[in-house]
Amino acid sequence: MMTDLTKLTIAQAREGLRAKEFSAQELTHAYIANMEKKRHLNAYVCETPEKALEQAALSQNKIEKGEGGDLEGIPLGIKDLFCTKGIATTACSNILKGFVPPYESTVTAKLLAAGANFLGKLNLDEFAMGGSNETSAFGPVVNPWSKNIPLVAGGSSGGSAAAVAAQMCAAATGTDTGGSIRQPSAYCGVTGIKPTYGRCSRYGIIAFASSLDQAGPIAKDVRDCAIMLKNMAGYDTKDATSAKVDVPDFEKFLGQDVRGLRIGLPKEFRVDGLDKNVAAYWDKAAEILKARGADVVEISLPHSKYALATYYIIAPAEASSNLARYDGLRFGNRVDGEHLDDMYINSRSKGFGKEVKRRIMIGTYVLSAGYYDAYYLKAQKVRRLIRDDFVRAFEKCDLILTPTAPTAAFPIGDKSMNANPILMWLNDIFTVSISLAGLPAMSLPIGLSEDGLPLGIQLIGKAFDEATIFKAASALEKDIDFGGKK
Amino acid sequence: MSGMIIEGKTGRWEVICGLEIHCQIISKSKMFSGASTHYGSDTNENVSFVDAGMPGMLPTLNEECVRQAIKTGLGLNAVINKYSEFARKNYFYADLPQGYQITQFKYPLVGEGKVVVNLSDGTTKEIGIERIHIEQDAGKSIHDISPNKSFIDLNRAGVGLMEIVTKPDFRSPEEAGAFLRKLRSIVRYLGTCDGNMDEGSMRCDINVSVRKVGETELRTRNEMKNVNSVKFVMQAIESEAKRHVETYENGGTIEQETRQFDPNTCATKVMRKKEFAHDYRYFPEPDLLPLVIDDEYIEQIRSEMVELPDAKQERFVKELGLTAYDASVLCENKETAEWFEKAANGHDAKKVANWMMGDFFAMLNEKKISLEESPISPENLGRLVDLITSNVINGKTAKDVFALMAETGDTPDKIVEEKGLKQVTDTAAIEAVIDAVISANPDNVAAYKAGKTALMGWFVGQVMKESRGKANPGIVNQILAQKLNS
Repeated sequence: MMTDLTKLTIAQAREGLRAKEFSAQELTHAYIANMEKKRHLNAYVCETPEKALEQAALSQNKIEKGEGGDLEGIPLGIKDLFCTKGIATTACSNILKGFVPPYESTVTAKLLAAGANFLGKLNLDEFAMGGSNETSAFGPVVNPWSKNIPLVAGGSSGGSAAAVAAQMCAAATGTDTGGSIRQPSAYCGVTGIKPTYGRCSRYGIIAFASSLDQAGPIAKDVRDCAIMLKNMAGYDTKDATSAKVDVPDFEKFLGQDVRGLRIGLPKEFRVDGLDKNVAAYWDKAAEILKARGADVVEISLPHSKYALATYYIIAPAEASSNLARYDGLRFGNRVDGEHLDDMYINSRSKGFGKEVKRRIMIGTYVLSAGYYDAYYLKAQKVRRLIRDDFVRAFEKCDLILTPTAPTAAFPIGDKSMNANPILMWLNDIFTVSISLAGLPAMSLPIGLSEDGLPLGIQLIGKAFDEATIFKAASALEKDIDFGGKK
Repeated sequence: MSGMIIEGKTGRWEVICGLEIHCQIISKSKMFSGASTHYGSDTNENVSFVDAGMPGMLPTLNEECVRQAIKTGLGLNAVINKYSEFARKNYFYADLPQGYQITQFKYPLVGEGKVVVNLSDGTTKEIGIERIHIEQDAGKSIHDISPNKSFIDLNRAGVGLMEIVTKPDFRSPEEAGAFLRKLRSIVRYLGTCDGNMDEGSMRCDINVSVRKVGETELRTRNEMKNVNSVKFVMQAIESEAKRHVETYENGGTIEQETRQFDPNTCATKVMRKKEFAHDYRYFPEPDLLPLVIDDEYIEQIRSEMVELPDAKQERFVKELGLTAYDASVLCENKETAEWFEKAANGHDAKKVANWMMGDFFAMLNEKKISLEESPISPENLGRLVDLITSNVINGKTAKDVFALMAETGDTPDKIVEEKGLKQVTDTAAIEAVIDAVISANPDNVAAYKAGKTALMGWFVGQVMKESRGKANPGIVNQILAQKLNS
């Protein structure tokens, strides 16, 4: 038996299980041991080892009979934004403490049906609002790459990225609204893909911004992302915005030839003062693809400079409405008061954190009479222009290559960002325009910064063309000498 | 001219009124969830996770509600919009679990239409429909169970509604009343709403303003919410219009506000001042795609339409020879019209209509039963009319036969046969009775012959009495005249 099962990718573990090199229970135990050992990372907010082992035993029976799904016996971590039947689901907010959903999200139901077991629920920024996991009611996740001072894992799917990087699960689910899968993946040196809006059902995922939210996997490598996504995606009658398009077997695109593939580099993303490590790796990624026969072309996304402003109007607007249901009345945490209104006020005052309150306020403001046209309506129009930019750009190229984030992970409790939330929002600069356009994008590790911290590279595809992303990503992955795994 | 004019101290005032009618859509399940719409279930029995606003739940559109609204639109001669959008109307109330109502705002499903109403003076008036949009109903707050607690019943939460908005075309309470009755009749014919105002399945908001005759600008209007009978709607318009006139004539001003009509005092009182008006922060519902339909879809629904009251009424006048008034009475209710058509089929339709609107309705009223519970079948009423027109029984006997039909449910033929009520048309038999009467009353015969011709009636009466009412009065008159005048 191998000594460290947690180092295996899903693909490797699947083979080991089928070859009876180890059992599903042994694999699950190995992860549980790692979870216990690395609790200081604060990646999990709820651990469900007994449940995972129960499921693993069932999987083992199936494997022994030669049965089972794509993920039979694979232990996963689930972002605590997915409702899981019978398991507390909090969105890492005090207002949902104690909430145990009586239903299962479509994505997690699909993963369970494919044979996966769930090790527990993973930390995130409260209601997925944040880029450093510091807004979580459970406190920040510590980036496994931290050296002397604790670094952020990124956000909002910080727990997911950290858990994958620290081998506390084989892979994890994440959600991405403005960069929440890609940016933490970059910070933690793992691979994550936000698929096309509509690719995965949003049913049972606690809503932040409905027109942007999209589920996707964070995994140890490109192949594992392909395996995970295939088992998460698909049309769902319970989500009117999920797309009626076939889900290809993404794995079969791995290793395919990238010759003649046109790779677009948006000139607007080469901003003044771009970190020199980030810029250098961006060039290196382009060179790798070029060396493999891809054509690199310059493209223009002229409205991308408005993406951040647009995003921070539309996302809070939708959030302000989506979060109206949290009133302490029917589920989650209630803080009593003398009158009904006091109960509402107390529950929300104590229940929501600072960043969530800030976004509810912004969202309420931009939708209010007299401001709607100037903010929300304008933002919707700009969103259309941003989308049109991509449509035009994709006439010239098949994929777009950009950095994932402007910097590597920064220290927890960064004073300037806490004092000025806009600095924090700037971390989303390379990811939000893609979310606004509803396009698929993957972040994969490209190398280490001078400080020895992972940096990510982003591949953006046409709508519902994740296949081409997987093709190019697997080529990049092969040729990148990424400085080892944590 | 049916408009109401209020004679004030300073001049003559006219009433301007428009209506917004919420009609509960007849459908098996709710508009955005699979929960039942059954009325009269236990409290909170028909509540899905979607209706309760649980985290992560998403609305999915019930197509039946769309079809019903299109059908109603076609019934109101309205434009069906091939593109419409759902929007969120954000407001916070305990019986609205999501914190917003899903409705339509900028792009409603149905556009402009018109309805012709019949007024008591025999004239008609065209009322414009501004739009119909579809939306979900809220739950019910119950405040009268406990002095310090409110209870919420979510059975109604999410039930489909059509909001029908008229143009401000009403100039009198009578016009509004006639419109509501007509609308109720149309939706009942179509089976799209049961139209029961007292049960709340049809609710009316009224907008009223007044202006001096000759003015062209509209003055400030007030809205009265949820008035729940045609009578109250008419009273509310009248009392509110008078209040406006009085206010203006006493030098006051009308401020835009929401008022409530109290049927006990027949007056309105302030419910909400303008400064407390909600800012609903409408924005497009991101959980639902725009609703796009094509001509084929609309035509399919049009082909399923039943004959509406106006068309039926016209046919009754043209083909069956009914008066416009009779036809309108019989057509107001679909079941009545259908009952009448069955009864009139193959018989003298005018006479059937007379019997139905006279003795038949009186009988139902007296027995306090509905049409469906009538002991007399439509076929039997038609047969009774036949017996009269073919001189088998006379009109007087027919009333007795009718009474027995109502009592026993027997056919008129059976009753006439068993009771021996057949009219005597045998001239020889009648002649014998007449001869007997003449010979028994020589004094009156002499007086008649001397010129007291008014005695004819007395002789007829005697003959009818002797024949126990069965003699054909026409034949009696004819033979008597011959004999007395010879």
